[in-house]
Amino acid sequence: MNNIDAVQTLSEAKRAPLARIQDRLADWLPKLVLTPTLLVVLVCMYGYILWTGLLSLTNSRLLPVWNFIGTGQYDRLFDNDRWLVALNNLVLFGGLFILVCLALGVFLAILLDQKIRQEGALRTIYLYPMAISFIVTGTAWKWLLNPSLGLEKLVHSWGFDSFSFDWLVDPDRVVFCLVIAAVWQSSGFVMAMFLAGLRGVDQEMVKAAQLDGASMPTIYRRIILPSLKPVFFSAFVILAHIAIKSFDLVAALTGGGPGYSSDLPANFMYTHAFTRAQMGLGAASAMVMLGGVLAILVPYLYSELRGKRNA
Amino acid sequence: MKMLKSCLTGLALSVAASVAPAAEVEVLHYLTSSGEAAAIDVLKKYLKGAGHNWKDFAVAGGGGESAMTVLKSRAISGNPPAAAQIKGLDIQEWGELGFLTDMDAIARAGNWDELLPPVVSKVMKYDGKYVAVPVNVHRVNWIWANPEVFRKAGVGIPTTWQQFLEVAPKIKAAGFVPLAHGGQAWQDATLFEAVALGLGGAEFYNKAFVEHDDATLQSEQMVKVFETFKQLGDYIDPNASGRDWNIATSMVINGEAAMQVMGDWAKGEFTAAGQQPGVDYVCLPAPNTSGTFTFNIDSFAMFELNDEQRAKAQQHLARLVMEPSFQKTFNLNKGSIPARLGMDRAPFDSCAHASMDAFVASASSGTLVPSFAHGLATTSQVQGAIFDVVTNFFNSDMSAQDAVAKLARSVKAAQL
Repeated sequence: MNNIDAVQTLSEAKRAPLARIQDRLADWLPKLVLTPTLLVVLVCMYGYILWTGLLSLTNSRLLPVWNFIGTGQYDRLFDNDRWLVALNNLVLFGGLFILVCLALGVFLAILLDQKIRQEGALRTIYLYPMAISFIVTGTAWKWLLNPSLGLEKLVHSWGFDSFSFDWLVDPDRVVFCLVIAAVWQSSGFVMAMFLAGLRGVDQEMVKAAQLDGASMPTIYRRIILPSLKPVFFSAFVILAHIAIKSFDLVAALTGGGPGYSSDLPANFMYTHAFTRAQMGLGAASAMVMLGGVLAILVPYLYSELRGKRNA
Repeated sequence: MKMLKSCLTGLALSVAASVAPAAEVEVLHYLTSSGEAAAIDVLKKYLKGAGHNWKDFAVAGGGGESAMTVLKSRAISGNPPAAAQIKGLDIQEWGELGFLTDMDAIARAGNWDELLPPVVSKVMKYDGKYVAVPVNVHRVNWIWANPEVFRKAGVGIPTTWQQFLEVAPKIKAAGFVPLAHGGQAWQDATLFEAVALGLGGAEFYNKAFVEHDDATLQSEQMVKVFETFKQLGDYIDPNASGRDWNIATSMVINGEAAMQVMGDWAKGEFTAAGQQPGVDYVCLPAPNTSGTFTFNIDSFAMFELNDEQRAKAQQHLARLVMEPSFQKTFNLNKGSIPARLGMDRAPFDSCAHASMDAFVASASSGTLVPSFAHGLATTSQVQGAIFDVVTNFFNSDMSAQDAVAKLARSVKAAQL
C-alpha cells in the first residue's frame, strides 16, 4: 500500500506544475472573467445609487457640495406642486399604459393565434414600432395629434367641421396622448410575449375541454388565460419600468406642456438636477423614483426566487 | 533602440515646438443659429489673426441648457474650456464655486469701468472683480407687429395693455391671431414679465422679482397682473403649446398673426426674411413699458486655467470681445445693442437706435430692470419656481388669487 501511494504521489508530483496551474486557472477563470462586469455594475450602478442617495441629503445646487441638511430636500420635493403633478401623471399614465397594453397585447395575440395566413408578416408589422425609439414615436405622434396639422385637420378637410380632437393642447387630457403613443409603441411587444405564451399552452387540455363541450370563450377565460399568469407578470414588470423611466416620450411629444401638465418624474428630475441647478432636489426625486421601481421589482424577485426554491 | 529613442525625442520636440507659440482658446457657446454663427465667426477670425487657435465648442440648443450640462461635466473633471457663454446670476454661482478667473488686469487696461454701464459691469463681476465679458444687451420688452394685419383689422397698434384688450378681439374677429406666442415656460414668463412691468412699473417689478418682497408678491397689484396675463390667453391660437419662439415670429412675418411680445433677438428672424423695420414690421416697446427697459445680457465667463500660454490667449479673447469692431458685427447679426457705450450708431437700424436711447434713458431714470425670464434678476432656483407658477396658471383654470398665494409660497421655498 505504502509503495503504491508513494508511486502515485511521485507521478502526481511529476505532472504537478502544469496541472496545478491548470486547476487554479479553471478555478479562477470564471471569477476573472466576471470581475470587470461585477466591478462596473458595483461602481456604476450601486456606487452611483449610493452617491445619488447621499447627494439627496445635501443642499447641492449647480455642482455637488457635501453640506448635509438631512431630509430637507424630500420635504421640499413633496411640497412642490410640479412634483405632485408629475407623480399624479405617472399613476395615470402608468396605470392606463399597462392596462391598455396588456389588454391589446392579449387580444392581438389571440387573434394571431387562430392559425391565420401570413401570420409572420402580420406579427412583424405589429412588432415593428418596438424597433423605433420613443423620440421618433413622440415626434410622429406630435404631428398626428396636433390639432392644426394632424387628425383634427384631416377630418375637418373631409367636411366634418365640428370634429374636435385637441387633447395634445388640453392640460387635462394631454396625459392620454402620452398613453396613446406609448401603447402604439409597446403593445406589439406585449403581443409577441403572449403569442409565445399561447404557443406553450398544452393543446391536450384545450382538446379535453372541447370534448367536454366548453365554448371557445370559456376555454380562453377558464383555461388558457389563467395558464398565462407568468406572462402577465413578466409583461407587467417590463411595462411598469418602461412607464417609470419614461422621459424621451414626454420630451418629444409634449415637452412637458401645456405648462407642466404632462411632466413625468423623470422629466422633473432632469429639469431640476441639470437645467435648474437644484441637484439636491433632483437627487431626492431620483431616489423616490428608485423607491417606485423597487416597490415593483422586490415582490417580483421575491416570487421568482421563492418559486425556484420550491421547484 | 537608440534610434527609436532619438526619433521619439525628435517627434516630441517638434510637437512641442508647433504647439508652443499658438495657444489654444476653447470657447463653449450655443450661438448656433445662422445669424449668431456668423457673429461668432468674426471673433474666430480676429483671434486667428492674433496668432491663437480657436477651438470651437458649440453645443446647440437655444436656451443653452445642453451647453450647461456639458460645461458642468468638463468643469468637474478639471478641464474647463477657456471661456463659456454664461450669463446673469449663473456667473455668480460659478464664481462662488471658484471656477472663474480674475480679469481685472485686462479690464483696467481696457478701461472697462468707463466703457460699460454700471448695470452691465455689475453682472460681469464676482466679488468686485471682472470674471466675464459682455457681448451684447438685449431689450426684452418689445412688441413686434405686422402693420398690414393691423390695417386689415382696422385698429392701431396698442401702447397700453388696456388698449391691447380692446383691439385684440377686433383682430380676432378679422380672422387673425392677435398674439403670436409659443407655449414654453420661458415664453410664458417673457410675456408675464412684460405685463408685470407694464402694469406695476419698475419699482413694483424690482421689489417682486429682484428683492422677492413678500408683501409685493402677495399684493393686489400682483393679482391684477395675473388677471390681465390670463386674459391674453384668449388671444393666442390654440396650437401654441410647445411652439418655438421663432415659429411664433414667423406667424407675424407671414401675416397670420398681428404681433408678438419677444426680446429683440426676434429681429434676426425679420431680417432673415428680408423685411425692413418700420416698413414690413414695426418694433414698439411692450404695452405700458415705453420708458422702461428689461435687459438681458449675453456674456462669456472666463475660467481659471493652469496653462500660462492658454491663459494669455484667453486674456486676448477678453480684449477682443470688448473691441468696437467685434461688438458692432456681433450685434448687427444678433439684433441686440452693443454692451459698451460710445459706439458708432450709424450701422444700426431704427429698432436698435430706439433700444440704445431707451437703455441710456432708463439707466438714468432708474427704470432699467433685469429680466427674470432670462436669468438676470434672480437665481435659477427662484426663476424656476416663478416659471412653474406662471406657466401652470396660464395653462389651467387656477384663480389669480390662488396663483399669487402660490407664487409667494414657492418663491419663499426656493430661497431656502
